[in-house]
Amino acid sequence: MDDRYELNKNLAQMLKGGVIMDVTTPEEAKISEEAGACAVMALERVPADIRKHGGVARASDPQMIKEIQKAVSIPVMAKVRIGHFVEAQILEAINVDYIDESEVLTPADPILHIDKKTFRVPFVCGAKNLGEALRRIGEGASMIRTKGEPGTGDVIEAVKHMRMMNSEIRRIQGLSKEELMNAAKELQAPIHLVEFVHEYGRLPVVNFAAGGIATPADAAMMMQLGCDGVFVGSGIFKSGDPRKRAAAIVKAVTNFNDTKILAEVSENLGEAMVGINVYSIDKEERMANRGY
Amino acid sequence: MKRIGVLALQGAFKEHIEIIKSLGHEAIEIRNAKQLYNLDGIILPGGESTTIGKLLDDFKIKEVLVNKISNGLPVWGTCAGMILLAKEIDGNEDAHLKVMDIKVRRNAYGTQLDSFVTTGVVEGVSEKEIPMVFIRAPYIVDIDEKVDVLHKVDGNIVAARQENILVTSFHPELTDDKIFHEYFINMIK
Repeated sequence: MDDRYELNKNLAQMLKGGVIMDVTTPEEAKISEEAGACAVMALERVPADIRKHGGVARASDPQMIKEIQKAVSIPVMAKVRIGHFVEAQILEAINVDYIDESEVLTPADPILHIDKKTFRVPFVCGAKNLGEALRRIGEGASMIRTKGEPGTGDVIEAVKHMRMMNSEIRRIQGLSKEELMNAAKELQAPIHLVEFVHEYGRLPVVNFAAGGIATPADAAMMMQLGCDGVFVGSGIFKSGDPRKRAAAIVKAVTNFNDTKILAEVSENLGEAMVGINVYSIDKEERMANRGY
Repeated sequence: MKRIGVLALQGAFKEHIEIIKSLGHEAIEIRNAKQLYNLDGIILPGGESTTIGKLLDDFKIKEVLVNKISNGLPVWGTCAGMILLAKEIDGNEDAHLKVMDIKVRRNAYGTQLDSFVTTGVVEGVSEKEIPMVFIRAPYIVDIDEKVDVLHKVDGNIVAARQENILVTSFHPELTDDKIFHEYFINMIK
């Protein structure tokens, strides 16, 4: 199990500096791979459509995921509902490379997340702050991403979550050893993980940005804020020219500090996805508030 | 002190940089062709070979890099880096830099559930057993006689060298063992 967890954290390390794209068909998966995605997330509807259609959003049809696995050679991830351990068992049975226990789908458990340590397949989970991230890692997540607010094309929540995490990490780093147990209590996080953050000044796993990223500039901003890579959900295939936008976001993530290249790749991308201002969405309707 | 470039387009380049620095050498992130000049060696890290391969083209790094390697610049490819250096890729895929006379199979072991760790003594490199981490790893399915096989796991070639070109299917940069990095640095004259 220890080896397996290390290997799963290691795969996330290989994804760093890359863009993981939401795809709903083998064709979209192929376009993403050709545009330079380092992995794809297979799902039936992108978050923007889930938001529009409402109802209960569940894990995707395994058949559809298998077709995407056949179409590309890069890692294929797929989502399960928060707490739905059987959806996760099914995805493990079809050998997906990573499971996203995701607030984008309708939660299946009112209190608990999946006990991810009982699985061999790796998990990525969303977090709004350090406590949430460390609880998920404590449950066995081998990669973390900000929650942001999926399906909006509005980056403000992703920025908020990333800044929050950075600021809390800095605070923990600055504490004395004797203050750590109290910090763990406040964060509601396992003490050994709080101790890790205190010693190394970072999460013990790779941390990506997600939720509302729609442009190369959004992606580069998240990278400059210190995340390790980027998930783009609705931002690509809900835009005017997905192929071009996807390639531009990949280049922006690689060269997130090179303003000349950022200006070049931002040119002439056609229409971005139609955005929704996060704060016009009812608090109860916000996906980021799902999870515990 | 040697100046080692680490291709930093995507993947686990920081891990290599930290080890190079800990061995007392200079490590430089490489994101364009200009940065390829005045290097003593270069590492192509693990990551996604399709992503890195595309960016090598897009940022016009490929030609200069091929030129440098053909003229003897020591280069080490780990995992995706091995795929980038190979002359041939098993299946219908186009190869990338095509500088090493090997044929590689991508994702040769399967999906992430087939990733594994093992140990072994690599003759000529390590005297004791070193850890070897395989993440959705490739291996070599065919070689030219100019290529020296350094190590096999279960009969498959996972480390090889052709003059100034070193490749490993596994990731020494993910372990605490620095012996492979030392070996690579010693390849620099």
